[in-house]
Amino acid sequence: MADSILQTENLTKEFRGFTAVDSVNLTIERGSIHALIGPNGAGKTTVFNLLTHFLPVTRGAIRFNGTEITGMKPAQISRLGIVRSFQISAVFPHMSALENVRVALQRKEGRIFQFWQSERGLSRYNARAEELLDMVGLSSFSKALVADMPYGRKRALEIATTLALEPELMLLDEPTQGMGREDVERTTALIKQVSAGRTILMVEHNLSVVSALCDRITVLQRGAVLTEGDYATVSADPRVKEAYMGKAA
Amino acid sequence: MTNRNILIVLALAALMVAPFVVYPIFLMKILCFALFAAAFNLILGYGGLLSFGHAAYFGGAAYICGHALKVWGLPTELGILVGGLAAGAFGAVVGLLAIRRQGIYFAMITLALAQMAFFFFISADFTGGENGLQGVPRGYALGLFDLSNNITLYYFVLAICLGGFLIVVRAVHSPFGQVLRALRDNEDRAISLGYDVERVKLLAFVLSATLSGIAGATKTVVFQLASLTDVNWHMSGEVVLMTLLGGVGTLLGPVLGAGVVVALQNTLASGPLSAWVPVIMGTIFVICVLAFRRGIVGEINALIKRSF
Repeated sequence: MADSILQTENLTKEFRGFTAVDSVNLTIERGSIHALIGPNGAGKTTVFNLLTHFLPVTRGAIRFNGTEITGMKPAQISRLGIVRSFQISAVFPHMSALENVRVALQRKEGRIFQFWQSERGLSRYNARAEELLDMVGLSSFSKALVADMPYGRKRALEIATTLALEPELMLLDEPTQGMGREDVERTTALIKQVSAGRTILMVEHNLSVVSALCDRITVLQRGAVLTEGDYATVSADPRVKEAYMGKAA
Repeated sequence: MTNRNILIVLALAALMVAPFVVYPIFLMKILCFALFAAAFNLILGYGGLLSFGHAAYFGGAAYICGHALKVWGLPTELGILVGGLAAGAFGAVVGLLAIRRQGIYFAMITLALAQMAFFFFISADFTGGENGLQGVPRGYALGLFDLSNNITLYYFVLAICLGGFLIVVRAVHSPFGQVLRALRDNEDRAISLGYDVERVKLLAFVLSATLSGIAGATKTVVFQLASLTDVNWHMSGEVVLMTLLGGVGTLLGPVLGAGVVVALQNTLASGPLSAWVPVIMGTIFVICVLAFRRGIVGEINALIKRSF
């Protein structure tokens, strides 16, 4: 068996008797881009929330690099190297793009509680932050207030901020949602570029993005795994068509 | 930048000559409340948490400092420091209990614990109950300067309050201040970047409580009195009013707000409207919330931004 970075075993989440995620067994291979797809309400985002512990797990186990991480705090998960994005762009709107990235670098360097130091000392992270902004095509935005940036740029900034932590595993929740075609293409290329040397798990609705990027696809339906495989296998599966389109007449 | 430096020099010069123009006790009262409001603003304006129990730190430190000076006979500076540290320690306990909650729940827990502190101070022996802790000696600054002289005391109080204010300014413009801003902007994202947001908030809360305590302890030295007014929940409300009126989340706003509120109270208390002070304060509060939410400094900043 190939080297797996993340594994779930019978991962289950119940909300007052409603089972949102039902005994999901996922294995994410190291270095792959893995997609989680499925119709609305299939439980994709809930799986994300469970993996990053933004929601407590009802039953089952999560293992990262072979160590059980179930029950840890979300911030701990992040420090282990699993960093997520959100469906709604997760940026700090009242800070500049540079400061957004720097906040991530600060955490990594442990410059968190120093209330007696001048913030000017943070300029030592500027070079690295600019480098990351440049990587996602935002070098001209570094001084801009994030609230004033276009939507697609905010998503790119989110990726730069995540990359600042050099995560082993990136979880992207619908990275191209709400984007025009040009932005979708740019983001797809960006994800491809940053996937080098790391593992990505993404929730995505846009199937052309999935087919262009993903090595492996897991289809969820009503909280359970419907099928899994590469794009060709999954898209040929009649049950997947049925899940998306409803039963053929 | 040079314009700003000129303004700072002018302001410092004004503060130096002020006690020869205006009654020094009144000025010192404003200074103490200015530091209190600036410390409160650290947690409301920069931490995004509404504490409704800051009187406990202000008034608690007032009592403890008074006791330390009067009974233990500590030097004045040390008494004030003890008051501030005690307030910080109590702030840490309250913070640990309240920090996981948000919005109204956070406010209610801080209020409830502050009320417990109030009942402690009303019933404890050393506080003098309804009479307050009276006749606190002012002592000597650094063992040299006699603080019974109001002008000397003024410079002593000015140094403490300016020092406290500079700590607030530095904290806001520090690596920690950046983290606080990020947290206020998007808490979930801060968590997903690996920040332990509860610990960050707790530090802000303890800093705020400690500096509020320094303000309350200094006030005890000025008036030679710690009383129930200082720990009453009205005091918690007043500091909210000062901060909002002056401009929450701005550095100078709370200082200005404190000046306006204290000046109003003093003017009105001696005139024919003295019985109406709470009504007038309430009206100002309502107008402030309805018409200019950014407060005096916030509105001025917005105006400057619009016109350039």
